[in-house]
Amino acid sequence: MQSPESTSVGLRTPIALELKNLRKEFHVHRGKTIIKAVDGISFSLKRGEILGLVGESGCGKTTTGKLVMRLLKPSSGSILVDGEDTTAESANSKESDFAYRRRVQMIFQDPYASMNPHFKIRDVLEEPLLIHRVGETKEERTEMISAVMGKVKMTPVEEYLDRHPHMLSGGQRQRIATARTLILRPEIIVADEPVSMIDLSTRAEILQLMKTIQQEMELSFIYITHDISTARYFTDRIAVMYLGRIVEIGTQDEVIDDPKHPYTKALIQAVCEPVSGRVGLMRELDIKGEIPSAANIPSGCRFHPRCPYATKDCAEQAEPELMDVGGGHQHACRRWKEI
Amino acid sequence: MSETTNTVDPVLQVKDLRLHYFTSKGAVKALDGVSFDLMPGEALGLVGESGCGKTTTGVALLNMPSPPGRIVGGSIIIDGIEIVGMSERDLRRTVRWSKISMVFQGAMNCLTPVYTIRKLMVETWKEHAPDASFNAAAIEERMLKYTRRMGLPDHVLGRYPHELSGGMKQRVVIAMALFLEPRLIIMDEPTTALDVIVQAQILNLIKELKRDLKLSYIFITHDLATEAEVADRIMVMYAGKMAELGMSEQIFATPEAPAAPLATSGSQAGHGSPEPLTSAAGHGSPATKQSRGPLHPYTQKLLASTPLLRKKVSELAFIPGSPPDLIAPPPGCRFAPRCPFARSKCNETEPPVVEIEPRHLVACWKAMEDPAYAVS
Ligand SMILES: Nc1ncnc2c1ncn2[C@@H]1O[C@H](COP(=O)(O)OP(=O)(O)OP(=O)(O)O)[C@@H](O)[C@H]1O
Ligand SMILES: Nc1ncnc2c1ncn2[C@@H]1O[C@H](COP(=O)(O)OP(=O)(O)OP(=O)(O)O)[C@@H](O)[C@H]1O
Ligand code: SF4
Ligand code: SF4
Ligand SMILES: [Mg+2]
Ligand SMILES: [Mg+2]
Repeated sequence: MQSPESTSVGLRTPIALELKNLRKEFHVHRGKTIIKAVDGISFSLKRGEILGLVGESGCGKTTTGKLVMRLLKPSSGSILVDGEDTTAESANSKESDFAYRRRVQMIFQDPYASMNPHFKIRDVLEEPLLIHRVGETKEERTEMISAVMGKVKMTPVEEYLDRHPHMLSGGQRQRIATARTLILRPEIIVADEPVSMIDLSTRAEILQLMKTIQQEMELSFIYITHDISTARYFTDRIAVMYLGRIVEIGTQDEVIDDPKHPYTKALIQAVCEPVSGRVGLMRELDIKGEIPSAANIPSGCRFHPRCPYATKDCAEQAEPELMDVGGGHQHACRRWKEI
Repeated sequence: MSETTNTVDPVLQVKDLRLHYFTSKGAVKALDGVSFDLMPGEALGLVGESGCGKTTTGVALLNMPSPPGRIVGGSIIIDGIEIVGMSERDLRRTVRWSKISMVFQGAMNCLTPVYTIRKLMVETWKEHAPDASFNAAAIEERMLKYTRRMGLPDHVLGRYPHELSGGMKQRVVIAMALFLEPRLIIMDEPTTALDVIVQAQILNLIKELKRDLKLSYIFITHDLATEAEVADRIMVMYAGKMAELGMSEQIFATPEAPAAPLATSGSQAGHGSPEPLTSAAGHGSPATKQSRGPLHPYTQKLLASTPLLRKKVSELAFIPGSPPDLIAPPPGCRFAPRCPFARSKCNETEPPVVEIEPRHLVACWKAMEDPAYAVS
């Protein structure tokens, strides 16, 4: 894809974000070990779309999120926002970082760790406004704070403004964290396991709220999780990651109702469901063992040591690239027709 | 069927158990009068929102309240022995780990980092086994038996906690709870922090323990979906009280997929575990009618807020509001402030626990009065 003029202010492309062959390596043990946390991923996020990034622990979801946030510098590949290459040399300055942070915001797993415990809720929400010099007067800023707290249903506002983060429940803290990311009216949000520390009922409430706000504000959203059940409810499309690569991507219906890659099938098979008749059943899991280390990625198809369908070719031939089975539903399994 | 098994004694009998935390602001009534029992080889799931008293119930069963908590009433009989009022030394030497053990919430992240797994296990042994029983070779054998049982390679015994993945650490903690061979183990959120595949692997191992070792366990989690995998019966707690207790088939029955007739619910094809044993005496007549599913409004709401992978929903239900202050809980039903069906009676008088259909206990005025729920 050709990048449109980067100076076309206000002219928005239908693609909010695009990652092209993105890689991130970590060099540890004085460079003796190379961890390929993200190993060549490409996808695009449409404006107003929610993309789920799912996969096992250690598959590179958070690293991808941090790359998008520019909290990490990619080893190679590029990230385009609104068609503009943000990884280009020219975009590499304090000012552009600063402007970028306004447009792309992240919600973290543990809202408590991401808030200054000495701040009151008022300060937590005012801080980004002050940093980005939004709102001329105190009154103006207070108005913006009230508005965003209304959005995340923290009302009456006065009741919470003077509290410290520890005086809120887990669910309320996550709402404030969400409010803080929304207050600058970003275009793209990366939410990394935003509800995994929150209990079930509150989790449903927060997801419901995030979805409503996402639709109202036409936000483009990356939802990172290992919980494919919430991804089914929350997302439009799902990308399944394994050891730093995307192994399947498609609409949530395609990926969940008609998975092509054995790893996606295994993820789905592993999900528990409270359905009468399934109670207490012992389930045969198709895949064994644990995800290998990202410092030592298997040859060929990187899933082959755990894949129940692996053949000699899978281990020896070049790794399969993503292939399209129609309508943008893509997977990277060479044996998909036979299994 | 149940008549013949009624002669087996429960491993655990809990009556009107109360544990309060005596804080400077007042007594937090975190566990406030809960009764149930557990048969050999039976699995009980304990569910409810954060703060409803699940962990408190677990530690109460070991008579091991965390300060400033104290058991203020009730009885716990394990293997026929009353443990409320027992001395700390006797509890440590004759009850904890040898009769009942616990996998604590978050334990996998609290393993002493400077000890190898072997050393950690030996220390646990020294603390809980009878004084005379120290025999290094026998302990080694026992450790290997249970680490292997949990699907771990032998070399983990020589490893330090930080060298293991989350899934392996969780298997180690479960092996540590097993290797003094108790009849009953409590697992507090053992898979919550793990991702789905590792979780499924560990849940399968836990089910095998029940099948092969006839172990009884209490599985604590806020996730009803997980309970559906591992529990024969489910107790739903709300604000320190039991809201509902029923067979899993009863709790998960829906109008579209009603539970099998209860008389056969334990022996359905493919059920890997032995026939669940009847819990308490007095369930003479096996029910033949189909269960109506969860009866307490709180249980119904919890289920509705559980996202389902194989069923698409456009909205998730949730329970507005939050659990009550346990220092001064509401006088009537503790769920009344959040219950869409609350009426004046609910606000005034606490609903008693009633057996609404065989083996299905509920504490709710509506469930009791609603003609749709009446048992014939
Ligand atoms: N700063 C770092 N230095 C070295 N290795 C790292 C660093 N950050 C991440 N890694 C490694 O990169 C891989 C991917 O990690 P990442 O945190 O992105 O995974 P994840 O999918 O978010 O996992 P989780 O579900 O556990 O959060 C892992 O092997 C991890 O150990
Ligand atoms: N040591 C303590 N001192 C004072 N209050 C406590 C203590 N431990 C727990 N509580 C309170 O007792 C109640 C029950 O807590 P408990 O930890 O048993 O809940 P839980 O159901 O296990 O919750 P979670 O799902 O968050 O683990 C809560 O209101 C909690 O704040
Ligand atoms: S390419 Fe081979 S090893 Fe890889 S997922 Fe497909 S069948 Fe399995
Ligand atoms: S007793 Fe009343 S308030 Fe409590 S759950 Fe039943 S209907 Fe609701
Ligand atoms: Mg992560
Ligand atoms: Mg707990």
